[in-house]
Amino acid sequence: MSNKETIRKVLVLGSGALKIGEAGEFDYSGTQALKALREEGIASVLINPNIATVQTSEGIADKIYFLPVTPFFVEQIIEKERPDSILLAFGGQTALNCGIQLYQNGILEKYQVNVLGTPVEAIIETEDRELFARKLRSIDVKTPRSIAVTSTKEAIKASGELGFPVIVRAAFTLGGQGSGFCNNEEELKKLAEKAFSYSSQILVEESLKGWKEVEYEVVRDCYDNCITVCNMENFDPLGIHTGESIVVAPSQTLTNNEYHKLRQLSISIIRSVGIVGECNVQYALDPESEDYRVIEVNARLSRSSALASKATGYPLAFIAAKLALGYGLHELKNSITKTTTAFFEPALDYIVCKIPRWDLNKFIGVSKEIGSSMKSVGEVMAIGRTFEEAIQKGLRMVGQGMHGFVGNNDLDFPDIEKALSEPTDMRIYCIASAFQAGFSIDKIHKLTRIDRWFLVKLKSVFDLKQELKQFHTLEEVPTETFILAKKKGFSDFQIARFVLKDRGNMREKMLQVRDFRKESGIFPFIKQIDTLAAEYPAQTNYLYITYNATESDIIPEQDNRSVIVIGSGAYRIGSSVEFDWCSVNALMAVRKAEYRSVMINFNPETVSTDYDICDRLYFDELSYERVMDIIELEDPKGVIVSTGGQIANNLAMPLFKAGVNILGTSPDHIDQAENRHRFSSLLDELKVDQPRWQELSTIEEIHHFVEEVGLPVLIRPSYVLSGAAMNVVSNHDELDMFLNLAARVSKEYPVVVSEFIQNAKEIEIDAVASDGEIIAYAISEHIEFAGVHSGDATMVFPAQKIYFETARRIKRISRDIARALRISGPFNMQFLAKDNDIKVIECNLRASRSFPFVSKVIKINFIELATRVMLGIPTEKPNKSAFDLEYIGVKAPQFSFSRLQKADPVLGVEMASTGEVGCIGENYYETLLKAMFSVGYRIPEKSILLSTGDARSKLELLESARMLNEKGFQLYATRGSALYLHENGIPATVLYWPDEEKQPNTLTYLREKKIDLVINIPKDLSKTELNNDYTIRRTAVDFNIPLITNARLASAFIYGICRPEEGIKIKSWDEY
Amino acid sequence: MKKTRLILEDGTVFYGQSFGCERSVAGEVVFNTSMTGYPESLTDPSYRGQILVLTYPLIGNYGVPSEITENDLFKFYESDHLQITGLIIADYSEEYSHWNASESLGQWLQRSSIPGLTGIDTRALTKVIRERGAMSGKIEFDGEPIEFTDPNKENLVAQVSTSQKETYGDGSKRVLLVDCGVKYNIIRHFLKRDTTVIRVPWDYDYSGESYDGLFISNGPGDPKMCVDTIANLKWAVDQDKPVFGICLGNQLLALASGADTYKLKYGHRSHNQPVLMKGTNKAFITSQNHGYAIDDRSLGDEWETFFVNLNDQTNEGMRHKTRPIFSVQFHPEASSGPTDTEYLFDEFLNLIDLTR
Repeated sequence: MSNKETIRKVLVLGSGALKIGEAGEFDYSGTQALKALREEGIASVLINPNIATVQTSEGIADKIYFLPVTPFFVEQIIEKERPDSILLAFGGQTALNCGIQLYQNGILEKYQVNVLGTPVEAIIETEDRELFARKLRSIDVKTPRSIAVTSTKEAIKASGELGFPVIVRAAFTLGGQGSGFCNNEEELKKLAEKAFSYSSQILVEESLKGWKEVEYEVVRDCYDNCITVCNMENFDPLGIHTGESIVVAPSQTLTNNEYHKLRQLSISIIRSVGIVGECNVQYALDPESEDYRVIEVNARLSRSSALASKATGYPLAFIAAKLALGYGLHELKNSITKTTTAFFEPALDYIVCKIPRWDLNKFIGVSKEIGSSMKSVGEVMAIGRTFEEAIQKGLRMVGQGMHGFVGNNDLDFPDIEKALSEPTDMRIYCIASAFQAGFSIDKIHKLTRIDRWFLVKLKSVFDLKQELKQFHTLEEVPTETFILAKKKGFSDFQIARFVLKDRGNMREKMLQVRDFRKESGIFPFIKQIDTLAAEYPAQTNYLYITYNATESDIIPEQDNRSVIVIGSGAYRIGSSVEFDWCSVNALMAVRKAEYRSVMINFNPETVSTDYDICDRLYFDELSYERVMDIIELEDPKGVIVSTGGQIANNLAMPLFKAGVNILGTSPDHIDQAENRHRFSSLLDELKVDQPRWQELSTIEEIHHFVEEVGLPVLIRPSYVLSGAAMNVVSNHDELDMFLNLAARVSKEYPVVVSEFIQNAKEIEIDAVASDGEIIAYAISEHIEFAGVHSGDATMVFPAQKIYFETARRIKRISRDIARALRISGPFNMQFLAKDNDIKVIECNLRASRSFPFVSKVIKINFIELATRVMLGIPTEKPNKSAFDLEYIGVKAPQFSFSRLQKADPVLGVEMASTGEVGCIGENYYETLLKAMFSVGYRIPEKSILLSTGDARSKLELLESARMLNEKGFQLYATRGSALYLHENGIPATVLYWPDEEKQPNTLTYLREKKIDLVINIPKDLSKTELNNDYTIRRTAVDFNIPLITNARLASAFIYGICRPEEGIKIKSWDEY
Repeated sequence: MKKTRLILEDGTVFYGQSFGCERSVAGEVVFNTSMTGYPESLTDPSYRGQILVLTYPLIGNYGVPSEITENDLFKFYESDHLQITGLIIADYSEEYSHWNASESLGQWLQRSSIPGLTGIDTRALTKVIRERGAMSGKIEFDGEPIEFTDPNKENLVAQVSTSQKETYGDGSKRVLLVDCGVKYNIIRHFLKRDTTVIRVPWDYDYSGESYDGLFISNGPGDPKMCVDTIANLKWAVDQDKPVFGICLGNQLLALASGADTYKLKYGHRSHNQPVLMKGTNKAFITSQNHGYAIDDRSLGDEWETFFVNLNDQTNEGMRHKTRPIFSVQFHPEASSGPTDTEYLFDEFLNLIDLTR
């Protein structure tokens, strides 16, 4: 037991960059833990290179280190900071693994750092599957029959004992990496080999496919008092990773006996492990009896605990931190009612539904099937008072153009049975198609094993759609049916599509439904989440909107003092924690200005959906319909749309047309920047250059334009059937192939073709303007040449390697555009620079991905400034310039290719990274290395494989290769690259291409881990080929070998690791 | 489904659709915030005379289990039949899905002549009860008017208690169980622990019976109605035999000891009631269902508070300072609800071992 009186300084480990399996939920949990420490007056030191998080903002931790969460760096920070204690449970698997290593290496003991909360021995025990299974058996808790093995041969032997199908699991990995089902020996061999590259021990287990999957979030204090905060039931039965499943809370198909049997087991488990804080227990439950298995225990805050926290209103991470300090649950207050105790189990009077968000379309070659390892990049949580309401809300929230369970056009499942039995990210929609095709509930149940209860509810949504389709005017629809549709979560758009039919302008029809609905007196109500199902009054405004009610819990003041900030929705590739940081900072600035801050968002992984971050939180949809509902209920002073990324930005025009006061830049000017044609003419007027482009609707026009500007060109179809939405084509064959495959070209769906400028630098400006005058700006440059999506590029701020003249021109252009568009608020522009030629490629009149990064590097909060401007508060220009900085920042992307089986890990014009880090250092190379180490790169021990692409890349990397050679690295290269190196006097051993079945072969070397770093530069810019280079890249990823695919980044990295040792400085943010 | 209304004594009206028996009824309207266990709650005799509002909106999902018996008791129910007067919910599932179900909730209600309303904003209704207190109410069908009634003025215990002495099991310890509306799971818990349970009516004079320990059960209504039970208890607490009471049993023991009870504004009916064992850091999540409570301040010198409610500091149990007598306001037998305090049955039987 820790004594809170003696704790003075606590080190908190963060989770680093967002990646698949470890995302925004740890910003939420770390932030709450730090708030708990602050409330106790305990000093906190945070290590987290994820610069876009809220936890790494001013006022949350006392000291912040933007450094990798690895034992090497953490030890140095411990030595410097001398904390007396450390928290390991708030930074996901990354923090936990790092903590275990620190413990095992004796570093914690050496510096007398006390682990708060769950003892490390207990954590180690839960992480070692065999040890843990044995422990559970000793307290009569059932686990799947499984056999731990350390070789593929043993794995095959184990499968003989268990019988196929079996499941393979690797120990110590994130979100089930290297895990999967095997139906035969062949599959087992393949998977086992891969799993061993992540872990020295794997488990071969009995398959429980089709069992219900149920989770409990359990909390224990140092007095041995236990509660279960929430249970959750997966809609998708066992076989699909819980991160890939639709999940409901609380469980829906469990009887009291089942619920409490599993609850009691969870408590026995947490007691026997000795956790102090929070843990998560996952069960498989036989759908035909009360038989069960414990399938996983996480001895730390997890994605599920973030979800449970948002689903119930119970601040799990905050409480877990307090428990780690030595409090008892009964000594803490329920932070929602403020009168009752934290020792209780929330009673929900609503249902929540979590749905994963996948972005599989962004990747070439990736398998769309979902299974026992995680591929989703984000999630949404919908709240309703019926399952139908919650799931339809949720399916819209996912934000991939779906309108709910029904009413989605262009979904085509050629083989419904297969699509149901072999689940992909689209399976839920296929259930609707199955109903349409006349499948019975039983048949769908047999194919999916989804509980009939869920299917019956979905069927009722489908049936109601059929009923609505029989009407042709809104007046024909009986009021009762109309209300029923709203109670079952139908949007105005869905009703419009079914009743008014799918012709003409759907937006207008949707508005027609809205008007009709309001005239008929059909309005939604506001309900409160209060943890006690109304048994005690709630003191917080954690709200959702429902039609399953007859009165609202709160009546907004409508006093014009509310400012609504539109959130950023589900994390996805291209929009993630950085926009949550922007939203949270906008809310804080609104509060500071003494307005009522109101948030609308539905992402359970965020800090912006913590109910203490704003005055009122609507945990609801960001659709026009719902946002307008809330605006009509709130009657706010205005709405901020420029801090929530593109989702929020897209609402500007529709809200403006409805007469809503949009704070900041006028929506008409936002449109002028967004609309390609309008923006282009503005640039022409201002005499600002841009790459030549045209919007074309026939193949002939496209060929003609390509003749004129030359190849390569960038193509953006406005209608995407499959594959990437955007691509660069380098030759005519590719052009034809792309146009044939990916796009349907017509007047209705034109294609935008732009000139693609090679070897140009890409430069960005992030700025805040007030009434057209720039008051703060930050100019950054990309290390990679243009052609790599700005979200995947490595970014340096302040720009170090651009001409002074270039910077001056960029400033001037930005100033002209800001004036012309009368910008008031945040904006971002992207430029191409070649020699001193500047071309504008993009302009967004909203905060961009890099706002938190530049704000934290320059130490001027751009969002706070922008929010003040938008609120009309007189705002001075900050008295500081990037030229004064004596340090620099580097932002580097984090990829999750290892999770995305078969995806080609190569960079292009479509964004592929799932997260990022930002580090600060004294010079370019030091800072670059910090950032790259933070996203998983390491200094190679000995061997490097080079495959250096076209002539230009070869030249670019020549000097690097020479340095590596001089440093004593062993160089391997594919034939052409080796030849080039030999010609230039650099020794390199030739490895054969994967398809040449000769040794020494690249594949063998990779598989046997004889290579420590792979540099593989694609020959051209297209992403379509799946060839030898792809095999090398993919194998590197599958065997966890660092990979660089960009010549400029590779040479910068190599220069960094080869340059004379200066060491990496351990300095906190405030020391710069 | 037929549109029907719930009318509260204060004039508030809620409209819903009938999915149970179409019959007007009147009773006391109370709410329960638990998220599972409707078959158990609906057969709990403590709900006698009450129109039960479930705050969890989705009800009926797993249907209703069959009437199979074990040890002469229905295996999945807490008594022989539905005890509530009426049921109020938000979103009824006619189609249910569970391997152990044999009929739908609606079918069960219809078969048992109990009305049920769905489609009601149970949260709004709960807030009315929270603010104004538990009150009389009625489910009224068109053309079938009915008067309000206050069931607490009736002797509900007499209605739900067994009419004759019955014996269960043949274990070595003899537990005399005074049935004020006992939940079957209490009997099941005793039978699991090597006992013979002698179940007697609420007003039974057991001074001539041979037993090793006395148990006073849960039950409905105002404890002060049970004059005979209290009189018998006064005799029992002066004996050396262990005594254990649950819920109404807790209140009856208090009254027998000379302490007082009072009516709570809207009671405790949920699975998440936190209690603390007084003077310790031991806390438990408990299942509760009661509208009356012991006035802690009225406890005699010989007695002490055993547990307190962490939310509102009300009494959750008492015990004798020297004799083997204790009782709790919550339900250690759970069913429905959390099973954290089941150990109290073991403690009671340990006391029997010590005194036998």
